[in-house]
Amino acid sequence: MAKKADETFTPTGKVYKSTTLPKPTRKKHTTLGLKDEDLMPVFRNMYLQRRFEERAAQMYQKGKFGGFLHLYIGQEAVSASTVHVLNDDDDIISAYRVHGLALARGTSPNACMAELYGKKTGCSKGKGGSMHFFDVERHFWGGHAIVGAHIPLGAGLAMANKYKKNGRIAICFFGDGAVDQGSLNETFNMAQLWKLPVVFVVENNGYSMGTSVERHSAGQLHKRGEAYGMKNGVANGMDFLSMVESLKDVVEEVRETSEPYFMEVKTYRYRGHSMSDPQNYRTKDELEEFRSFDPIERLKDYILKEKIQTQKEIDEVIEEVDQEVLDAIDFAEKSDAPDDHELFEDIYVQEDFPFHK
Amino acid sequence: MSEKQFREAIREAMVEEMRKDDTIILMGEEVAEYNGAYKVSQNMLDEFGGKRVIDTPISELGFSGIGVGAAMNGLRPIIEFMTFNFAVVGMDQIINNAAKIRYMSGGQLKIPIVFRGPNASAGQLGATHSVAFESLYAHIPGLKVVYASEPYDAKGLLKTAIRDDDPVIFLESEQMYGLKQEIPDEEYTIPFGKGKIKREGDDVTIVAHGKMYHVAKKAAEELAKDGVEAEIIDPRSMKPFDFEMVIESIKKTNRCVIVDESHPFAGMAAEIGFIIQRDAFDYLDAPVQRVTVPDAPAPFAKNLFDLWLPDAKQVIDAVNTVTYRN
Repeated sequence: MAKKADETFTPTGKVYKSTTLPKPTRKKHTTLGLKDEDLMPVFRNMYLQRRFEERAAQMYQKGKFGGFLHLYIGQEAVSASTVHVLNDDDDIISAYRVHGLALARGTSPNACMAELYGKKTGCSKGKGGSMHFFDVERHFWGGHAIVGAHIPLGAGLAMANKYKKNGRIAICFFGDGAVDQGSLNETFNMAQLWKLPVVFVVENNGYSMGTSVERHSAGQLHKRGEAYGMKNGVANGMDFLSMVESLKDVVEEVRETSEPYFMEVKTYRYRGHSMSDPQNYRTKDELEEFRSFDPIERLKDYILKEKIQTQKEIDEVIEEVDQEVLDAIDFAEKSDAPDDHELFEDIYVQEDFPFHK
Repeated sequence: MSEKQFREAIREAMVEEMRKDDTIILMGEEVAEYNGAYKVSQNMLDEFGGKRVIDTPISELGFSGIGVGAAMNGLRPIIEFMTFNFAVVGMDQIINNAAKIRYMSGGQLKIPIVFRGPNASAGQLGATHSVAFESLYAHIPGLKVVYASEPYDAKGLLKTAIRDDDPVIFLESEQMYGLKQEIPDEEYTIPFGKGKIKREGDDVTIVAHGKMYHVAKKAAEELAKDGVEAEIIDPRSMKPFDFEMVIESIKKTNRCVIVDESHPFAGMAAEIGFIIQRDAFDYLDAPVQRVTVPDAPAPFAKNLFDLWLPDAKQVIDAVNTVTYRN
């Protein structure tokens, strides 16, 4: 008689282990090219991402706005390090867990909150919602909610950059669930074959919705690059300085060689896949383990340890951000909803398109 | 004027536009070194080089999406599908990304891209190689859909498509690539949403696009021998669609037959028929009839395939029905 394990297809009983995180860097910020004064803005932004989403979740639960809400909480070191390492005109594209990256890129909390509320002052004029934040002026290309479907778009952004010889690179984020899509494999093949200057980053937060990475993906994620001869590696997404260390060389190399790179960032989301997720697939212990090396706390501790700022100064920043987020809620609530005519705006560039009735 | 094949007309449209605008690129399977699966892009690699005429792997999803991304970031890609039947695996990129990202971003970007290639059936190729997709794409807000039936129209419409800042689905047919027609030497474009009366007549209006135009034309020639003068309207673009021209014609003929290579359920003919009943109800002397492929996949066997594909006889029968000659 077959063993019980043989009677299932999808592996069962395995959970994501924090021990798979690479060791954080021991390098000082100065060794990584950061000045003392660079760290507080990073801390401030990471805390802004966190506070923004905590408040957004509260407002969502109060029924202030509808739609889906996927929180990035726990992953803030990834967005913050990316924006720090990239040039301002490098192109960023991501999936639907996107609030943090937009805030990191500089989209205002007001515009982000208003987008959640579906207001005309939102960063996508209220037409995208939580999953579709756009800020093209800041080279932030969304906000995409069909899993894996934006991976070729990231390569396309890079293709246009290479075509125009403008020196920009593209960075394309997606979750571990997207690695299983055909779009990734088709794009990797072409990106390598065509030598496109793009960094593909899988933010492996351990779960594809409610399915752990061990249950949805065969092998190590970053090794998917190997099949295409694509350089690849693993980074610790729970630590800002480690992320800077990993990304810096990669970004430099991609820019110089115009060859793609696939980075697997090990990270963790503290909240569920979306707001309606009971999270039965993981234990409280596991969550607590990850929270014990929270990226924001870690950076704060580092700043204190290095005596870059005092606790008092940090508290002031926290207070300031708390207020900024409350102001954003106020802004969103007071903003107008899109006008009715907006229903038919922005579908076509052509202004007089004869819509079918 | 000089006589050109359909494939040459399309090529000329691309070449002329690419000479003027170096952000235009052509991507697809076999478009470069092989010179085009149907020789549409013949010699284009020689003129424009591998940076602008780009062979892709057989990865319709991948290269459609890369094209959309490149369009978002300033290029104007022309994506050639070897057939739109293969584009089905890349449809997510067309329907979810090309058509909707501008809207979801609140108009922060544009996606000037043309997806072009043969559409519908081309003989006994089996069910997966024989679908007419115009109804499906026309269903999606954000796309424009064009299906030319003749070289002259094809060239003018493709130039419009390439210059358009919105995503355009440009449908062709393997079976029409060899069709010849006089093409002006001077430059011209044809706007979307404007049909063309290709044959004038007072007795019945036949609406037929793409390859089916030629079936309708043959039927009209036969009907004329019987003293029935059909007016044939080739709408040329499916979305936007020139309903006004159809309605005006029906006001004269009071009868209408729609010929469409789509399946009947929720196809183009269904939508055109709905608009006619709503906007020209009082002018109709008979219910509108349609000739389409049946609600069945394309069969392989010759006899079944011939049964499946609309022909002139079916069109004549439909005209006889609306003129009560049956």
